This record gives sequence, structure tokens and C-alpha cells, in this order.
Amino acid sequence: MPLEGSQLGWRYADGPWLFNDFSIALNPGEVVGLVGPSGSGKTSLGRLLSGYMKPITGKVILSGDELHKGSCHPVQMIFQHPERAVNPRWRLSKTVTEGWSPDEALLEALGIQKHWLQRYPNELSGGELQRCCIARALGPETKFLIADEMTTMLDAITQAQIWHTMLDIVHTRQIGLLVISHDHALVNKICGRTVNFA
Amino acid sequence: MSQLAAVHQRKTRNGWNVRKRAYFSAAGAALLLAAIGIGSWLLGSAGLSVQLDNRNLPPTLAHLFGTDWLGRDMLSRTVKGLALSIQVGMLGAACSVIIAAVMGLMAATLGKTADRIITWLIDVFLSVPHLVMLILIAFVCGGGLKGVAIGIMLTHWPSLARLIRAEALQLMSAEYVLVSRKLGKSSYWVATRHLAPHLLPQLLVGFLLLFPHAVLHEAAVTFLGLGMSPHQPAIGIILSESMRYLSTGMWWLAVFPGLGLLATVRAFDKLGHYLRQLVDPRNAHL
Repeated sequence: MPLEGSQLGWRYADGPWLFNDFSIALNPGEVVGLVGPSGSGKTSLGRLLSGYMKPITGKVILSGDELHKGSCHPVQMIFQHPERAVNPRWRLSKTVTEGWSPDEALLEALGIQKHWLQRYPNELSGGELQRCCIARALGPETKFLIADEMTTMLDAITQAQIWHTMLDIVHTRQIGLLVISHDHALVNKICGRTVNFA
Repeated sequence: MSQLAAVHQRKTRNGWNVRKRAYFSAAGAALLLAAIGIGSWLLGSAGLSVQLDNRNLPPTLAHLFGTDWLGRDMLSRTVKGLALSIQVGMLGAACSVIIAAVMGLMAATLGKTADRIITWLIDVFLSVPHLVMLILIAFVCGGGLKGVAIGIMLTHWPSLARLIRAEALQLMSAEYVLVSRKLGKSSYWVATRHLAPHLLPQLLVGFLLLFPHAVLHEAAVTFLGLGMSPHQPAIGIILSESMRYLSTGMWWLAVFPGLGLLATVRAFDKLGHYLRQLVDPRNAHL
């Protein structure tokens, strides 16, 4: 059962249409890249697909979607700014286990060190927080993942590490991954298919 | 650089950092409030009785705060009055804060219909002047401490509820709350785990702002004859009565109770300020 956006349209207030009549499909286990210039509406599309916003025209189709009221949504999004995606008053251990309890192996694979979990978000860097957000989003019910500029704030080596882990998990668990990025080299390297967004 | 220097200076002055000073000031404020409470309990009611031999005495060792025109000991009256005021203020302000928090959170989390109903309710309460509402409620409840306390708690919540609602609505669109919803968390869960801890500072400040309000309104209702009975030593009654005797040079009737009220309100203010600093993780490094 793919995640499908069919004939989606979105604009802010009375502004020009960011995209109109745009269709996209994401199959389980598939890694798709979405590239486009700044302000072209990549993030808005991600938010529509993951259900954070309702599309103005068209619809997002996900079989069994209505069954997921009150439990984890099968489409999870990882945001560009991790410091805004974690509660500043919670220790990281609480944030990471908000939806499920990640096992030691996953935390290790993502390079999350144990003592980070005892700290508050303002005591960790963006990259460290982003790893925690990734761990939080990889719950057992997650079928699709929208990664919005997920590793932009990380250095090249850490990026490679995290993407390696991600691709591993995505392949073994057959999660559909949409990689939203500016970085053509990255997208060409890891994605099976690239959608140009303009 | 100058900021760093300022932080360094702040830490080394007296050898105390902000956290340590916060603890000590909070303890001092709490001590003052406790002293008033315990003092009023220990002093008994002997000082409140009329003793016509001791009329209009200026402060002496026997009567530290002097006596009034009926020979009542002003120290007893002041301490008891402050205790009564703190009681009414605490009760009224705390209940108002609870009502405001519940209303604000409900408006923000329970959807548009609930929000409309609660906003309408807030507008209704705000459209009637505080004091008129307070008098009506106190009258219906038959006056006394109960009437005033109920009146205060039912009239002071709307402005704070409006503030809490706005803050909560803003938090509802924060990314970590959106993520929480997507992780399948209920409105109640989000309200109690994500929103409420964030609103704690606002609620604390709200409580501190409502406290003097409550004390003053208590005095006003009492003045109008619907609150405490005149023989009860409420600080509002003491101050309004002393106005008549100030021109005859009996300064101690107003100065000591006034200073007492000032110290009490200030102690509350300090307590809230430091409490807020201590519960905020962004101040973990102070």
C-alpha cells in the first residue's frame, strides 16, 4: 500500500499557488528524493503528505489511514530544525521515548550516547538533537518517513553515518522514505528515484 | 565578552551565584509568611479586646506597634490582619488560577466549539465590573470570609484565562506538540505533559498579580459592609479606619500595618520570581 498524494494543491492565504495538480507516490521500501529551489514548497508538500496540513485541492491517500486515530500515525516527518521539534522542558530520554521505546542497538546505530538522554535540549547541539528526533520517529508503526532536510546541519562524516543507518533500517523494515533536500549529490547517491520539484 | 564578564561578576559577588541567592531569598520569604501565620496563632485574641486604659499609646516595649483609639494592641491586629489577608488572597488567587488554567487549556485543546463557548464566557465575565460581580456573589453567599473568597475566585479568573488560552494556542502549533499528536497522544496527554509545564511561569505570575488584587478587593467589599464583620482585624479595615486618626498624629495606626502589607506582597513577589527562575531549565547554568 503506497502513500499517494494525488493532484495536490497548496498556497498560503491568497498568494500564488506553490504547486497545483501535483501527484506523487511513495512505495514501501522505496527511497525517493525530492529536490527543488528554496521556497518552491517542498516542506509544505512534506507536511501535506504526513498529515500536518490538509491539502487545499486533491487528497493524500493511505490505506487504513482512518484506523490510526489515537495511535501512532504511519507517516512520520523529521523536521529541518530539531531544536523546535523537541520540548525544551523535557530531558531527552522523555522525548525519545514519547511514542515508543527505542532499543539500545538503534540508539547506538544512530550514535546517540547514553548521557545525552539525561540532558535538556539546550545542552545538546542540533545534530545530536536530530538523531534523537530520528530515533523518536522510527516507531514500530512507522511505514513512511518524510525527511525534510534532515542532515543539513551535520558534517559530512556524520551525515554519511546517519544515512547508512537510515537506509539499513528502511530496507529491513520496508519503510518508504522521502528525502527532501537541496543537495543533489546526496539525493543522487541514496535515492532510487528523484522527483524534481519546481 | 561584556556579557561573559557580567555573568562572571554576578557569580562572584558575595561568592554567591544566582541559584544560591534564589534558594536563600525564597527561604526568607517563606519564613516571613510562615512567621505571620504562626504569629497570629500564638498571639491569641487577648490583644484584640478593648482596653480603654491603654488608648492611643505610641509604640512602646509593651505595645510594639502602639495601640488604637479603643486600646487594642496594634501588633496583634496587624499580624492577625495580615494572616487573614494572606488567607483570603491565597484562597481567592489560587482558585482563580486553577479555574483559569483549566479553562485556558480546555479552550486550546478541545476544539473550536469549546473554544468559542469559553471565549464567550470570558467576555461575559469581563463585561461586568469586578466589584459589582463581587458584591453580588458575596451578598448571595451571605457575606463573611466565605462570601468574599468565593466572590474573588469567581471574578478574577477571566483575564488570566484569556492569557493562558492565547499561550496554549500558540504552543499547540509548536512542532513538538504536532509531533506528539502524530505519535498518537490524546488532547489530555498533550495538555498535561506539554502545555501545562510551559504555562507554569505564567500561572505563577498570574497568581502573584491576583494576590494583591484579591486582598484589595477583600478590603473594598468589607468596607461596603458585605465582607468581614468590622471587629475582625482585616488589614483593609485597619487601614481605612486609621485614615480618620492620621490627622491627629497617630501615625503608627497606618505605618505598621501598611509596611506589613508591603512586606507580605513583596515576599510573595520574590518567592514567585525565584520559583520561576528555578523551575525553568533554561536557567540550569545559573
